Amino acid sequence: MTIIHDGFSATRRVILKGAGAVALVGLGNIPFSLAPAFAAANDKYPEDAFKAKSEADAIKSLYGKTAEPSDKVKLDAPEIAENGAVVPISVSTTLAEVTSISFLVSENPNALAASYKIPAGTMPSVANRLKMAKTSNVIAIVEAGGKLYSATKEVKVTVGGCGG
Amino acid sequence: MASTIRVRATSSGETTEVQALIQHPMDSGFVKDAKGEVIPPHFIQELTFEYNGKSVFVADWGAAVSKDPYVKFSFKGGKKGDDLKISWVDNKGATDTATAKIQ
Amino acid sequence: MRSVIHFASAALALAALAFTAVPSAVAADKPDPVADAKAFRIFFTQKFPKVKLEDFVNGPYSMNEDMHRQWEEKEQFPPYEFSLDMGKEMFSKPFKNGKSYADCFPNKGIGIRQNYPYFDAGEGKVVTLELALNRCREANGEPAFSYVKDEMAALTAYMAFTSRGKPFDIKIPDDPRALEAYQNGKRYFYTRRGQLNFSCATCHVQSPGERIRAEVLAPALGILNAMPIYRSEWSGMGTISRRFTTCNSQIRGVPLNPQDDEYRDLEYYLSYVSNGLPISGPGARP
Repeated sequence: MTIIHDGFSATRRVILKGAGAVALVGLGNIPFSLAPAFAAANDKYPEDAFKAKSEADAIKSLYGKTAEPSDKVKLDAPEIAENGAVVPISVSTTLAEVTSISFLVSENPNALAASYKIPAGTMPSVANRLKMAKTSNVIAIVEAGGKLYSATKEVKVTVGGCGG
Repeated sequence: MASTIRVRATSSGETTEVQALIQHPMDSGFVKDAKGEVIPPHFIQELTFEYNGKSVFVADWGAAVSKDPYVKFSFKGGKKGDDLKISWVDNKGATDTATAKIQ
Repeated sequence: MRSVIHFASAALALAALAFTAVPSAVAADKPDPVADAKAFRIFFTQKFPKVKLEDFVNGPYSMNEDMHRQWEEKEQFPPYEFSLDMGKEMFSKPFKNGKSYADCFPNKGIGIRQNYPYFDAGEGKVVTLELALNRCREANGEPAFSYVKDEMAALTAYMAFTSRGKPFDIKIPDDPRALEAYQNGKRYFYTRRGQLNFSCATCHVQSPGERIRAEVLAPALGILNAMPIYRSEWSGMGTISRRFTTCNSQIRGVPLNPQDDEYRDLEYYLSYVSNGLPISGPGARP
């Protein structure tokens, strides 16, 4: 690699290299996520919400409204994750008419981790195992009676869940 | 070949508790292999559970769900001996389906 | 990390008196595994009076409440499930010559894991379960498996599963070679090695329940009972061979080869001093 004594060019080169790497990863996503079988039969998969970076954007994309914290949403997550790759997290609520439950990890590259549809007759309670890249807030969103409620808990991660 | 889907559905009379463990790499697309190349994203996007032809639970997953993903939920109804149908589709269009008997 | 080192060196000075003195004392007298095992058990039960004896097999999970809860949740449908299923299938499938694993083991290989390793008088050496499995394969014209993961882990997972709840029952026959192997294993356990100059005891006798960086250390008592294990760190299964070699690497030492004499003897010693504690494998660990 030629050394450029012009500092600006060197920086620009680094940025372009970095941008290239990011674009590559982004491109990797596109053909896969729009698998024809899927888009045709069921366009209910919230593609955009999963691509959103921040929790605010993900929630907006998924629900089109904002959530208010509620102590009726009980979020269960460890204090310190034993390993960021497999963090057992669960949520339950006493709220009525629950139609959806979602989990977000604010410090993950894409905040939305999972979203569950709760048909009538299904209990408003879900347990799952998520990856956490680093110490982060975990947010549980419950859609009940058309409104959004949330609960937040910080989970410390010492060994990152993304392959670190 | 064995199915990728393991399910335990137990009826307690009023409700049925369902636990599922699926064998799937759930690659996020953020990890590099030993050669330094990015392992492309490969993860289940939708997992559905049907009882009596009706959907009782749908999971929309992103790449942040752990490898060999697990989920637990409960629904009202469900009798011992009845069937529970589970299917998934991943971001590459691959699918798998299984039917489990409620215990 | 610094506090861990200070604590470790302080505890070390103390333990050095207790432990490093032992081999030389023993060189003079005849080895007494029965007394060793008793002392080993007393040391740990006194150190952790609230932990039930059989719970020591859960390693770090018996040392930390927050971790215990995460473990309980994962045990509802554990990550080693797939390996266990694979192991069961593999175990019942005959070799190309028509024979199967059942022909190599007592009781058709079911419910016998707690008797391994054992001292083989004919060979004059310790034979571990992993070694016995590969020997069975080779004796029947099949290629040996890697000792550290995949198929070996699946097979030992299944065999451990058939012995769940049974107490470790390792025997040391009245044979000077067996006693020597046991002593060898014990010596290995207490000898410092690697750039970090840690012995197995440094972490697992002096600091169980403490953290080394992010990990909570497991007590040496019952440490093999949960093997083979699904480790979140490996995102997969690993055998006793895998854990011994990686532990050596982690203290910046050069690992031996799986099933080298020292590892076999080490497994013999560690299993013997955990006699009476239940087999809990396969297990899950951070």
